[in-house]
Amino acid sequence: MAANSIIQVRNLSASFDGREVLSDVSFDVFDREITVILGSSGAGKSVLLKHILGLYEAREGSIHILGRDMSGLEEKDQKQMYLQMGVFYQNGGLLNSLTVGENIALPLEQHTNLNEQLIARIVLTKLQLVNLPNAYHLYPSQLSGGMLKRAALARAIVMDPPLLFCDEPGAGLDPISLASLDKLILNLREQMGVSIVIITHEVSSILRIADRLVFLDQGQMVFEGTLNEALKKNVEKVYQFFDMGRLFPIDDLE
Amino acid sequence: MELTGDTLFIKGALSLSGAESFIEEAMVLLENFEYGRLDIDLDGLGYIDSIGVASLEFLKEKMENKGLAVDISGGNADIRKNWEIFSSHSQVVPEEAGRLSFFEKIGDGFERAAEFVYSFLVLTANVIFWSVSDIFKSKRQRRGEFYNQAVLIGVNAIWIVGGLAFIIGLVMALQSSAQLRNFGANIYIVDLTVIAMMSEMGPLITAIVVAGRSGSSIAAEIATMKVTSELDALKTMALQPVRFVVVPKMHGSLVTMPFLTIIANIMGILGGMFIAFASLDIAPQVFVSRMSETLYNRDIFIGIVKSLVFAVIIVLTGSFYGLRVKEGAEGVGKVTTTAVVMSITLVMVADSIMGLIFY
Repeated sequence: MAANSIIQVRNLSASFDGREVLSDVSFDVFDREITVILGSSGAGKSVLLKHILGLYEAREGSIHILGRDMSGLEEKDQKQMYLQMGVFYQNGGLLNSLTVGENIALPLEQHTNLNEQLIARIVLTKLQLVNLPNAYHLYPSQLSGGMLKRAALARAIVMDPPLLFCDEPGAGLDPISLASLDKLILNLREQMGVSIVIITHEVSSILRIADRLVFLDQGQMVFEGTLNEALKKNVEKVYQFFDMGRLFPIDDLE
Repeated sequence: MELTGDTLFIKGALSLSGAESFIEEAMVLLENFEYGRLDIDLDGLGYIDSIGVASLEFLKEKMENKGLAVDISGGNADIRKNWEIFSSHSQVVPEEAGRLSFFEKIGDGFERAAEFVYSFLVLTANVIFWSVSDIFKSKRQRRGEFYNQAVLIGVNAIWIVGGLAFIIGLVMALQSSAQLRNFGANIYIVDLTVIAMMSEMGPLITAIVVAGRSGSSIAAEIATMKVTSELDALKTMALQPVRFVVVPKMHGSLVTMPFLTIIANIMGILGGMFIAFASLDIAPQVFVSRMSETLYNRDIFIGIVKSLVFAVIIVLTGSFYGLRVKEGAEGVGKVTTTAVVMSITLVMVADSIMGLIFY
């Protein structure tokens, strides 16, 4: 696939209080692909995502998104950047003081002059997409964990962004909800041509949706490539992760 | 976009960036369409996303409301597919849950008030029971917890309580010194400062500071524990949350509040003494000897009793609101604020009631 690279991460390193969290990470995210960042807990996945989103400033290395350098962006440019991204946070990140409908409508109300009825219609479309048509007037605190995630996903895609970032969308979901979430994500890619970056460690989910993997281990990038390459290539850590062929009994784990 | 006869041809791309102008243009073009039929042709459309679909449907609905029969047709496979996915089958914003009638609201209010009072009484009974019974079962208490709470609630508040009491005593004496001087009643500055500090201002200042410092932290701590399921965990380990969390705070505050109050009294009197010396030329020796004439054990006793009552009020209100937290992290902030406001209010009310009793 000769797709265009739309995110370039180059030699990114990060440390907190002298403890190195990411070291020399480089990879690409390609147009219309689903890139999965995976690795065990504490591998630096969330920190990597926060750097890509510009929530943390990259001290060493660089990040380009859609051809723009993310470091040192002015506020105006950063806003433009954020309008092209949908971000889905692990805990939902919905504002508790607003209803689900108001939460999802918020970006549209703030950034466009669209008619109120039209906004309500768009919100409903998104709610139907994530299979939550009745949550319009509910408050986030009234939703279950899985519903909260779907509502958050609806908010992330309300502006039809070309880029979608998901931080552990599957955590805490049952297999069926997870599968439908995966299907939804695949649909978004197919229908809308959204490029998606996902952090997850649900193996079943990775096998279903991933085009490309970035595997982190204790801040080091141990593998980057397509899913097929990952399944063939003999990278010990990746094998352990997928538990393939049960080559590595649990005793062999460090 | 082009209008030919009854057919509206849509061209280009229809997404968020163009949705606004699309609706406006279409409304202008179709202004004179009042009846009959309208065909919307998507053959010239290159791209449509979910917002585009919603805009088209919005337009369709507007036209249909005018009495037109609207048909949307054409478009390549991609467009049709997106239309299938994003077009809605029942696009009606659901109704909000029905409002309560006037009488229902009143009944609801009473029910909630009754529940509120009932749960406060239950908590009070629980706390009092366990606070008393745990004095005799020191083995069951978490080691060092009483000491921790005493330090947190009492010892750490010494500077702020002492400082504030000194300032209040000083200001009170300063304000009254001008009045007393007019009557040549300088020496009564001693009576005024000492009695006011001992039986009223000392306990009250202490209680307000402790309510602000510890009342809020008690509410926040317990609310956080509830939100993060710590209290549920205690319950399912067959431990009484009240006993485990509230009782040490009750003991800690009951032991330290009287001492804090005494410190506040002393500091306030020192403030008054300073003004008496600086502004009314009453030497400290004179002040002290006059003080021993005016001050009765009763006043000291009233102050101590008040401080104990305030301690109970602050811990009870803090824990009560902490335990009532409902929705997540946001709720923690809310109950903390309410707990402080409520405990200061209750302290004031209790103070005036005791003032009437001991007068």
